[in-house]
Amino acid sequence: MRIPILKLYNYLLISIQTEIDDQTAIQFQEDLLNEIHETGSQGVVIDLTSVEVIDSFIAKVLGDVVTMSDLMGAKVVLTGIQPAVAMTLIELGIHMQNVPTAIDLEQGLMKLHQELGE
Amino acid sequence: MMSSQSCVTIQKEWDIVAARQLGREIAKKIGVGTVDQARIATAVSEIARNIYLYAKNGQVCFDVIDTIDQKGILIIAEDSGPGIEDISQVMEDGYSTSGGLGAGLPGVKRLMDEFDIKSEVDKGTVIKTIKWVRK
Repeated sequence: MRIPILKLYNYLLISIQTEIDDQTAIQFQEDLLNEIHETGSQGVVIDLTSVEVIDSFIAKVLGDVVTMSDLMGAKVVLTGIQPAVAMTLIELGIHMQNVPTAIDLEQGLMKLHQELGE
Repeated sequence: MMSSQSCVTIQKEWDIVAARQLGREIAKKIGVGTVDQARIATAVSEIARNIYLYAKNGQVCFDVIDTIDQKGILIIAEDSGPGIEDISQVMEDGYSTSGGLGAGLPGVKRLMDEFDIKSEVDKGTVIKTIKWVRK
């Protein structure tokens, strides 16, 4: 199973729609970094609206991919985190500091737009 | 209501997903709210991952508790792995032997209402945890 990565102008868009297991998450990390490299995209939005569970492993993979992309020169914004997911993560003790977020895809794109100064 | 136990064997990564899906499904069926469903699914994911990482083989079972005054989901995770030498240590926030993988058991305890762990070195670990349906 692979998570599709769409290119839109200078951005990459990802909407995670399926239940992700560890392997899919790791594969996604690799795919996204390769895609950033190949397309030269400077901004990435990962939309998590349909994701019902983020456990510590998936949170770590997502946090890492933000840092990794940053190293390559691309900004990542996570969008659409569900209320139940936000509550669960904090109770679990995962704070995901330094991870840029936005309410939805639209706000995410606006955030990137501002940060990249376009 | 008769309780019927359903179990998921944890041997491969996908079993972690299967366990949390089943946990959520059962929780939903007995009337657990959306946020608590997420708490249960996440707790199951963490417990199942511990089995996968440390014990390699075990199972996560679900049972419905239905008494006159309360209803809830009981999760029993059992493995025959290396066991835990110092339980009070693994119940401390921030303790991890896997280099930051997993939020650990204190997180799971916070997500659930009741939590009990028993472990014997070289024999295995049993975790029993309950989430009550909020009235």
